[in-house]
Amino acid sequence: MNRGNIPIATPGIRVHPSLTRGFAVAPGLLLAGLGLVAIAAFMLSLAVGSVRIPLDEIVSVLLGGDASKQAWATIVLKFRLPKALTAMLAGAALSVSGLQMQTLFRNPLAGPFVLGISSGASLGVALTVLLAGVAVGLGGSTTLLAGISLAGDTSLALSAIAGSGLVLLLVMSVARKVQSGMTLLILGLMFGYTTSALVSVLIYFSVVERIQAYISWTFGSFGGVTWRQLQVMAPAILVGLAGGHLLMKPLNALLLGETYALSLGLNVRRVRLGIIGTSAVLAGVVTAFCGPIGFLGIAVPHLCRSLLHTSDHRLLLPAVTFMGATLALGADIVAGLPGSQLTLPLNAVTALLGAPVVIWVILRQRNLRQAFAG
Amino acid sequence: MKMNGTVLQTKDLSIGYRRARKAPAVIASDLNFSLRPGELVCLLGPNGAGKSTLMRTLARLQPSLSGQIWLDERPLDDLRPGQLARRLSIVLTDRVDVGAMSGYGLVSLGRHPYTSWTGTMSEQDEQIVQWALQAVRARDLSDRLTVEMSDGERQKVLIARALAQQPRVMLLDEPTAFLDLPRRVEVMDLLRQLASENSQAILLSTHDLDLALRNADRLWLLSADGDLLEGAPEDLILNGAFERVFSAEGVTFDRERGSFHTSQEACGRLRLQGEGVAAFWTRRALERIGYSVEREGENGDSSAFATNLNPPQSVNATVSVRNHDGGLIYFLETEGREEQFATLNALTTYLRRGGAGGEADAKVDEDLYARR
Repeated sequence: MNRGNIPIATPGIRVHPSLTRGFAVAPGLLLAGLGLVAIAAFMLSLAVGSVRIPLDEIVSVLLGGDASKQAWATIVLKFRLPKALTAMLAGAALSVSGLQMQTLFRNPLAGPFVLGISSGASLGVALTVLLAGVAVGLGGSTTLLAGISLAGDTSLALSAIAGSGLVLLLVMSVARKVQSGMTLLILGLMFGYTTSALVSVLIYFSVVERIQAYISWTFGSFGGVTWRQLQVMAPAILVGLAGGHLLMKPLNALLLGETYALSLGLNVRRVRLGIIGTSAVLAGVVTAFCGPIGFLGIAVPHLCRSLLHTSDHRLLLPAVTFMGATLALGADIVAGLPGSQLTLPLNAVTALLGAPVVIWVILRQRNLRQAFAG
Repeated sequence: MKMNGTVLQTKDLSIGYRRARKAPAVIASDLNFSLRPGELVCLLGPNGAGKSTLMRTLARLQPSLSGQIWLDERPLDDLRPGQLARRLSIVLTDRVDVGAMSGYGLVSLGRHPYTSWTGTMSEQDEQIVQWALQAVRARDLSDRLTVEMSDGERQKVLIARALAQQPRVMLLDEPTAFLDLPRRVEVMDLLRQLASENSQAILLSTHDLDLALRNADRLWLLSADGDLLEGAPEDLILNGAFERVFSAEGVTFDRERGSFHTSQEACGRLRLQGEGVAAFWTRRALERIGYSVEREGENGDSSAFATNLNPPQSVNATVSVRNHDGGLIYFLETEGREEQFATLNALTTYLRRGGAGGEADAKVDEDLYARR
């Protein structure tokens, strides 16, 4: 195999300059740190809310014991635990999906929704909510918001799944045929415009209450996911995350562009299908159950790159997973306005908190090419 | 197929583009050529002759229209992607933006065809990356981020990346395009050494004729009508192939000096006296402003090529370069009159104002230039 004048093995310390540059600590420790922060955020999100519950009580409830107040156990197990798990899964899923899209399209503005996944879901939900008589359990007009029952929730999720699944199939069939990623990006954008136009038409002809129900779905929320729905959502996202991590080597090769990737022996079409497939499942499932949650998917990869000073997906993928989970939990905690009975729309919180952070990171880098890979 | 010591060989190869519901656009056809280990071959040709198409076809980035390509004694199309990547690597013209990645990280991407699905580098992989960086004299770039590198540094790292694939054949598409002259000389020199040190075949396309003529073991000349002529650079010049391929309106190839110039009537003839570097550059300056220059004592031996250049004109002036006080002084002698100039700028300015004709009023700035 060795055709060149390869030096004979010399014993000594193996350095990975590519991995250690710019780190005060080893990248492994940094990843472990990110993981710990995610766990801390998870515990915090269980503790705070309209009622404050002490941490030791939460631990005891989580370990199957009793809390000193029965209500606390109920609050933690029935509301806060599924919500926190949903937030973690959704944050991780959107961030991994966003990272994949940014690398695949070599575009810092790409995110989980560039392929029109969320537009498809929106159209599904809009059809269900806005078209009279279609949605079961949503028929009663005035009590609509108050009466978002299990049935209503499930039908929203189902219609979102149908919408995003349809887009997924469409995108996959196009992706198998087109040559360049850029074509795909433009097609995704155009699809987004078309669906939002259809949604506008639906809204225009709808009654106010139903519009309100649709809009409240577009605000996004981690709170609406029940244990039953989590049984579907969690495995789907875990499979998607695992699939995303399997693609770390092809993603690194794609940093050089598709031609170089091809010359490195990569089956670019198959890899592209794999990336689009996992990414669409991740984004589609989250959108179906939580609504179109913006911003996280675009911002988290940028934050991780500037934190780790690397474009290496072997580090970025786990980092993005942890940081996505942490930030989603954080946004949810802030949106819950701890200590008050009010809540803010989740999407407003992610953008209000996230945009300044990303602006700061990118301005500090002075060079966008450095801030993003590709 | 018997390769007879070649690593890459083509038989009746046609290159071009397939088009939907139309006959394919053929760029060149019936190409028969080979690459041998250890040689540096430069692919030259006018714009649009199909240099990039040929490179892309050889790298299997686009299909050939007909004919066969053998790489390492196997038909190119029979190789699996990973096998091909271990035999052939490329360096493209496009600028590569990999974001926050060190030189080392970029070069280690070249180990892609050899590593497992995680991309984890074995000790041997890491040694090969170090070796590749060393081979292009870029060990110091190992820790630098690629975004912080100059074009020349980045090009060296990209060559190291291609080297890390340990290929039999390396294809480089205009590797010197964005580099300044010293960097171009350095990269060409490097490639020639790499080819012979590692017994690799290196094929590069370039517009840099001068460097190609000086460094290539062989040239492939792709003409605009789809012919490929190959041979040692000197052979191709002497048999006139070079002139044919690059013949274009108003530009001719000067075999005598191995460079192109626009063909225009000489505005006069000068005799040049002087020696060495100073005489060489004086001649360049005089030719630049349109004079046909005859070296003292040289007019006999190079007349084989010189005869057809210009109609003979009477030599009416002599320029001589002399050393004086550690500097150079230029003398212009016309019909018994002699002028002195401190710089070639002064001399050419004077000549351009018609000085050689002996018009006195052209000497207005004489005091400004002449050194007494």
